[in-house]
Amino acid sequence: MDPVEIREQFPLLSSHGVGRSVVYLDSAASSQKPAAVLDAMRSYYENDYANVHRGVYALAERSTEAYDNARRQVAAFFNVADLGEVIFVRNTTEAINLVAYSWGLANLGVGDVVVISEMEHHSNIVPWQIVCARTGSRLEFMRVDGSGRLVLEDLDRLLATGRVRLVATCHVSNVLGTVNPVETIVAKAHAHGALVLLDGAQGAPHLPVDLSALRADFYACSGHKMCGPMGSGMLFGRRALLEAMPPFLGGGDMIRQVTLRDSLWADLPAKFEAGTPSVADAVGFGAACEYLSGLGMQAIHQHELEITRYAWEQLLELPDIEIYGPPPEERGGVIAFNSGDVHAHDVASILDEDGIAIRAGHHCAQPLHERLGLAASARASFYVYNSRADVDRLVDSLRRVRSIFALPGA
Amino acid sequence: MSDLYRDQILDHYRNPRNHGTLEPHDASFEDTNPLCGDRVRIDLRFDGERIADIKFSGRGCAISQAATSMLTEMVKGQTIADVRELTKDDLLDELGIPISPARLKCALLGLKVLKASAYGYTGWPGDGGS
Repeated sequence: MDPVEIREQFPLLSSHGVGRSVVYLDSAASSQKPAAVLDAMRSYYENDYANVHRGVYALAERSTEAYDNARRQVAAFFNVADLGEVIFVRNTTEAINLVAYSWGLANLGVGDVVVISEMEHHSNIVPWQIVCARTGSRLEFMRVDGSGRLVLEDLDRLLATGRVRLVATCHVSNVLGTVNPVETIVAKAHAHGALVLLDGAQGAPHLPVDLSALRADFYACSGHKMCGPMGSGMLFGRRALLEAMPPFLGGGDMIRQVTLRDSLWADLPAKFEAGTPSVADAVGFGAACEYLSGLGMQAIHQHELEITRYAWEQLLELPDIEIYGPPPEERGGVIAFNSGDVHAHDVASILDEDGIAIRAGHHCAQPLHERLGLAASARASFYVYNSRADVDRLVDSLRRVRSIFALPGA
Repeated sequence: MSDLYRDQILDHYRNPRNHGTLEPHDASFEDTNPLCGDRVRIDLRFDGERIADIKFSGRGCAISQAATSMLTEMVKGQTIADVRELTKDDLLDELGIPISPARLKCALLGLKVLKASAYGYTGWPGDGGS
């Protein structure tokens, strides 16, 4: 994989783009878009646009076909054979909320337990706080150990009580980069009759994800972090569960028959896709899946391992750099760090002056920062278009941070 | 070296003026910037209408801490009426650096806390206080 060549496929970052001199290290927040995705969306609007599922005219049929094709592309990417198990949503947050409100409100009760972890993004914390409060069920936690790994003994202890109905955790931490042992978590939970929801927001863009093999009950992800458009995302759910769940949103497209008093729900996946869908976003999401498959998810993972290891080594050359989380071989392409006592926002502002885009703050993971005893951290995240040269510019700019703030050894 | 981190800002950050707490105090208020976890507390002691002493404490980025430090110098000895009149542009002018929209909350946190602290003492404008 040649990241310099790949960068040319992304109009914003290419040598003709407005971001040609930008070092974009915030793909964990959102990835840039390749021309293939933008072209697919433009072509849909220019050639196939009409509302879906309703008209009998040719354009409406082409639009419906474009939407169905997008679902086939996304399903193929995750190795899901049953298209009814692939629900299009706006983003990971909506996918998790769908499960919380639909499955959670219908299935959780007093005495039941939902297990999450200390390393969750707020999107996999807040919906469960809301639903647990409404159902009288209890939220429990897997802790994070000193090296940024989940304490699986906590899961064992909680599962042994026999009260756990759902384990909801991230595939890859958006701060620590930790790739969680999701196969083990699924096996442990299932052995105790608990379901598993995986927040794949940081997993799906970076690792090969085979949902047939993984056997998670729900898997949530965002298209916009995997080269697709904002407003695209997926909830995968096992058919038997989705069929038993009540709808999340009611309205058009999700019904079979409506009378004034009651309605019959449509079959999957339409039952969970009320209202006019965002077809162009789905088309872009499908094109993004094809694009990533073309690069090869194993190759992408390998590239990220290499660049993360390189960044890790280069960053540790600087005095006073503290990196959070496990060693590079156990993480995705995310490095959260602090530079001496300089606040992460100051680091990010100085890097911005040098054209380097990183994230600073708590990255929507306040409880994890609390656990780490931090107010904030700086985060560099890597993707297919990042090269060693980007890491070198990051490190040069961090030297400037040290010099501006007169840190020792600068 | 940096448009934002000029010597004056770094000096106030590294050597904050009027830093600490006042016990006892006539008014005190604390607030945070949820975006970055910046925290500022300002204690005030009054001599009639005049700010006889002011101290700030907290933690956060250089922009928020330096801006608050400079703010304490601006208002020490001033009256509550002066604090009422003080605008964000007055503080931004004093800072004299290009603050991007993303960092504006950092720069203005101290001012927000100062106003809340002073109004907590006198009553908020429009609620019947002096």
